[in-house]
Amino acid sequence: MVKVNVKFSVMFKDATGTTATTIDVSGETVKDLIDALIKQFGPKFGERILDEKTGGVRRFINIFVNGKDIRNLQGSDTKLEEGADVRLIPAVAGGKEFFGLTQDQIVRYSRQIILREVGGKGQKKLMRSSVLIVGAGGLGSPASLYLTAAGIGKIGIIDSDRVDLSNLQRQILHTNDDIDRPKIESAKEKLQKINPEVKIITHNERFAVENALDIVGDWDFVLDGSDNFPTKFLINDACVLKRVPFSHGGVLRFVGMTTTILPGKGPCYRCLTPEAPPTGMIPTCQEAGVLGAVPGVIGAIQATETIKYLIGSGELLVGRTLFFDALEMRFEEFELKRSPNCPACGDRPLIKDLSQVDYGHVCEVRF
Amino acid sequence: MAEYKVDRKIDIRGEVCPYTFVKSKLAIEDLKSGQILEVIVDHAPATENVPRSLGSEGHKVLEVVKIDEHEWRIVIQKA
Ligand SMILES: [Zn+2]
Repeated sequence: MVKVNVKFSVMFKDATGTTATTIDVSGETVKDLIDALIKQFGPKFGERILDEKTGGVRRFINIFVNGKDIRNLQGSDTKLEEGADVRLIPAVAGGKEFFGLTQDQIVRYSRQIILREVGGKGQKKLMRSSVLIVGAGGLGSPASLYLTAAGIGKIGIIDSDRVDLSNLQRQILHTNDDIDRPKIESAKEKLQKINPEVKIITHNERFAVENALDIVGDWDFVLDGSDNFPTKFLINDACVLKRVPFSHGGVLRFVGMTTTILPGKGPCYRCLTPEAPPTGMIPTCQEAGVLGAVPGVIGAIQATETIKYLIGSGELLVGRTLFFDALEMRFEEFELKRSPNCPACGDRPLIKDLSQVDYGHVCEVRF
Repeated sequence: MAEYKVDRKIDIRGEVCPYTFVKSKLAIEDLKSGQILEVIVDHAPATENVPRSLGSEGHKVLEVVKIDEHEWRIVIQKA
């Protein structure tokens, strides 16, 4: 027989009529205490605290013995000492699940669960989804930050670069302290700090003809955050061949563009631009420059499209190309139709495997 | 107070807005169309916010009843 001090949440007050009591327990475990409390306060209290089906303590009720959660002790077999302090509290901020989400997840994602188009169902879809981001630079930074914050289950990042001082003007994942570190390492560290629940997979390698098909095949969606035409065409061709949906994005100076490609359900990037422009025709970023906030806008749109695709809501940028002109501060939209002659997704596609295509020299200039 | 055949009951006393709505929404998503959810709250603003928000999602608010000094019962039918 032990005497213990029990404090209740006001949640139980209607059944107990009090928020604190000192009670004699004939046994010596938490289970014996619960039996004693039910004897004292009656079946209404029992209903409140015990699960109808299992007869055990309800999942949403936390029991603390001398400040420790009994789940971390011996559960209802936890021994009580004379004079022990026991608290019974509903799990408002604990780790137990409520309709498939933990309390932390409910709080973390509450502002998007509230949205009718997302809800708990959409959130759970995001948590089961995987997205590959090619490039942890100007587009990949904002995109990966928002996708991680939104709770995508698994995010892959492929980039072989190291952080350079000249990147920091727009690649907001990286900081002064990261200079010379591999970008994927810097990226993973920041993203895990924002949301430790997301699984971040890093590939410290170039996205190239040799690995493109193997890599894209593993993901539900791919986000093109690359900075050069050869990679953009490679992403397109690999995704079209593997039927992986992706978001295309590109920026230069004050302008950006983006479109969403669902292979088999709309045009692809080669329908718009069958071949890469010859070297020298379009200036590189190094020559032309870019305002840092422009990839911020485009990368954020790409993240939005990714989320919409994954939860199946809204109108995607499929068959539409969105142009953003920051100087004029204007968005324009152009229709994009699937071309029957497209070398990637046309009626008789020429590109049947990536080794047939000359992707040319991948430019080293990062933007 | 009308009696309804309640299919799911959640006791979210201790929760405040917006979590009263978020949890009610998670619970109602788990029901089938036409089924009835009962929500017990002890946060006064929730008696307006939860019915309004669930109502705007198309669900039918059947009743909001004060059952104790600081406790309310909200009964909703899933659309
Ligand atoms: Zn095409």
